[in-house]
Amino acid sequence: MRDFYQSQRAMRNMRQAAMQRGVVAILDVGSSKIACLVLRFDGPEQFGDSDGVGSMAGQSSFRVIGAATTRSRGVRFGEVDAMAETERAIRTAVQAAQKMANVRVDHVIACLSGGRPRSYGLDGQVDVMGQTVTEGDIGRVLADCEVPDIGEGREVLHAQPINFALDHRSGLADPRGQIGSVLTTDMHLMTIEDSVIENLLYCIKRCDLELAGIASSAYAAGISSLVEDEQELGAACIDMGGGSTGISIFMRKHMIYSDCVRMGGDHVTSDISMGLQVAPAMAERIKTFYGGVLATGMDDREMIEVGADTGDWERDRRTVSRAELIGIMRPRVEEILEEVRVRLDAAGFEHLPSQQIVLTGGGSQIPGLDGLATKILGQQVRLGRPLRVQGLPQAATGSAFSAAVGLSLFAAHPQDEWWDFDIPAEKYPARSFKRAVRWFRENW
Amino acid sequence: MRPLKATRPAPPKRDPAPSRMHYRYQRLMLTPGFRKLLRVGVPVLVIGGLIAGWSAREANRQMVADAYANTKSQIQQRDEFMVKVMAVDGADDVLAGDIRTVLPAEFPTSSFDLDLEQMRQTVAALPAVAEASLRVRPGGILQVNVTQRVPVAVFRGPEGLKLIDADGVLIQNIIARGDRSDLPLITGDGAREALTEGLEIYATAGPLALRMRGVVRMGERRWDVILDSGQRILLPHTNPVPAFERVVALNQAQDLLERDVAVVDMRHPTRPTIRLNEQAVTSLREINAAAQ
Repeated sequence: MRDFYQSQRAMRNMRQAAMQRGVVAILDVGSSKIACLVLRFDGPEQFGDSDGVGSMAGQSSFRVIGAATTRSRGVRFGEVDAMAETERAIRTAVQAAQKMANVRVDHVIACLSGGRPRSYGLDGQVDVMGQTVTEGDIGRVLADCEVPDIGEGREVLHAQPINFALDHRSGLADPRGQIGSVLTTDMHLMTIEDSVIENLLYCIKRCDLELAGIASSAYAAGISSLVEDEQELGAACIDMGGGSTGISIFMRKHMIYSDCVRMGGDHVTSDISMGLQVAPAMAERIKTFYGGVLATGMDDREMIEVGADTGDWERDRRTVSRAELIGIMRPRVEEILEEVRVRLDAAGFEHLPSQQIVLTGGGSQIPGLDGLATKILGQQVRLGRPLRVQGLPQAATGSAFSAAVGLSLFAAHPQDEWWDFDIPAEKYPARSFKRAVRWFRENW
Repeated sequence: MRPLKATRPAPPKRDPAPSRMHYRYQRLMLTPGFRKLLRVGVPVLVIGGLIAGWSAREANRQMVADAYANTKSQIQQRDEFMVKVMAVDGADDVLAGDIRTVLPAEFPTSSFDLDLEQMRQTVAALPAVAEASLRVRPGGILQVNVTQRVPVAVFRGPEGLKLIDADGVLIQNIIARGDRSDLPLITGDGAREALTEGLEIYATAGPLALRMRGVVRMGERRWDVILDSGQRILLPHTNPVPAFERVVALNQAQDLLERDVAVVDMRHPTRPTIRLNEQAVTSLREINAAAQ
């Protein structure tokens, strides 16, 4: 874990270096597509955001100058399954985006959805050393959090302080400089399997790129598709991807819970493929053109040519009604949504003040999904599309790109993580030179 | 009925992955430094190489040099640049002849071949020329404007008689004093340096002017006036002009110089002295003796 702490700090430094250079790539490694956006940071607020909130909520600091997607090859359930194929797909996307941007990118911020994410809520408590809370106190209280047994072969992906409390006052966003005696924090820790990160790292390194940050795609999708009051009051973002469905719950503008259902649009496709006895590519085509989850009387009469290429007349001229197709799709979509419901219940979502649920991701484009989701997840369901950012091509504004857009916003305004604060001096080895330096700095 | 033409769904869109080499090549081509190198460096290298290779042969280099010289002379020999005539203004015939002799130009010649500054210095170096300016006038005329020196006196030096101007510059030789009897004669060591004073003495001569042979600078400090009968007036080295005026006045009052006087010595301003000729001294003594 100490290693990952260091590598996350290194990534943070690299991200700052990339911002200085002004160009950074965003890579959304999904199961059905790999999207690459090239961002240029030269907006009006590159040097002047001293007052906290810039125009357009700070989004005007960057501009999308290149965007490309490619069919994902070798990624299943949001995890790298075939390294060489994934590397090639990443190369394709990065090359096309570079070509569009006409600039070379060296730094890439990636997000991934798989790896069986697990969320933990931690808390820590320390006595404030001086009169007022200093940066060192925050580092100490974060270090004081009891780290649970995250299990063998798992790595911390996010560790974000989501709340600070000073004595009896809770809900502080930034307690620095305030007077008090006992500082308490709540931290959200999210872990995923380390092999997933390592495989992705390896693929990116093989493409001559440097990883400047890594995030969970459920988190990124939440950033871009939840509006500000939803993030503030409490909402869940369901990112229905190809191979997995990510869930992230936001409150007070922090992600407080994240989970993942390992089912997605690809499973619907394979159901169609099996049910109608067609090739997966054809099944995907039928799904995107004719798919739905609510059947009406009209759908019985609407016949879809299924087709095939066998040379057998009877087989090649098959047709199915749209109602049949919906009959195949609906149970799987219901299953996914019910699984999501289970996860939300397990997370205690019903205790949040607002229970808005936002469906996004490519899978949320199934017609009638909002009606179905209302029945399963509750009344406050809406379909979400990502925030509009400058320069994003029209083709990349759909809900399938909410993770990529969210990652751009994350790159422009990264959330403070545990590793952004200094390690308290006590945690250094007793005879460390760094410890001596720190002691000098704090006492003079 | 089964259609004869097969209706197949559109084939899936191909987006083949680039090879590693192609990917790296594209990234290299997007590197700003490398692109600049290609855009500037390669053409420079190619063109430079071609030029170097071509000019490695002696014949090619010679050809370029010849063509250059040929073109240059063709342009310089155009009618518009040719100088055909020289015109001299401000000089008398003798000086104009001298100028035409010293300027080595053979007309017609190209104005590119004329070194005007050099020629101006040559002309200005002539003794009789005070100032000279040269220019090539439109119409192919080399215009020489000269200001001639004006002689103010005749100077007799070791090398003979010369005309001299107000600055003390020797202008030209003359054969006889009679050639310029209108000018005063000045001689002696250092006379050229004190020319103004000598001319002032001449100017104050008044009625004596007709009898004056000339003025002589003695010992580079004072003046003697020589009269036609060989009489000498010795002037002091300070204020010679008032002293000479006194002599002139004395002569007018008492016909001093009509008498048998050899030298009038005014060197001591409070005690003018005269020296008589030997004969006069003898007769004066006889008179004095007879009187006793």
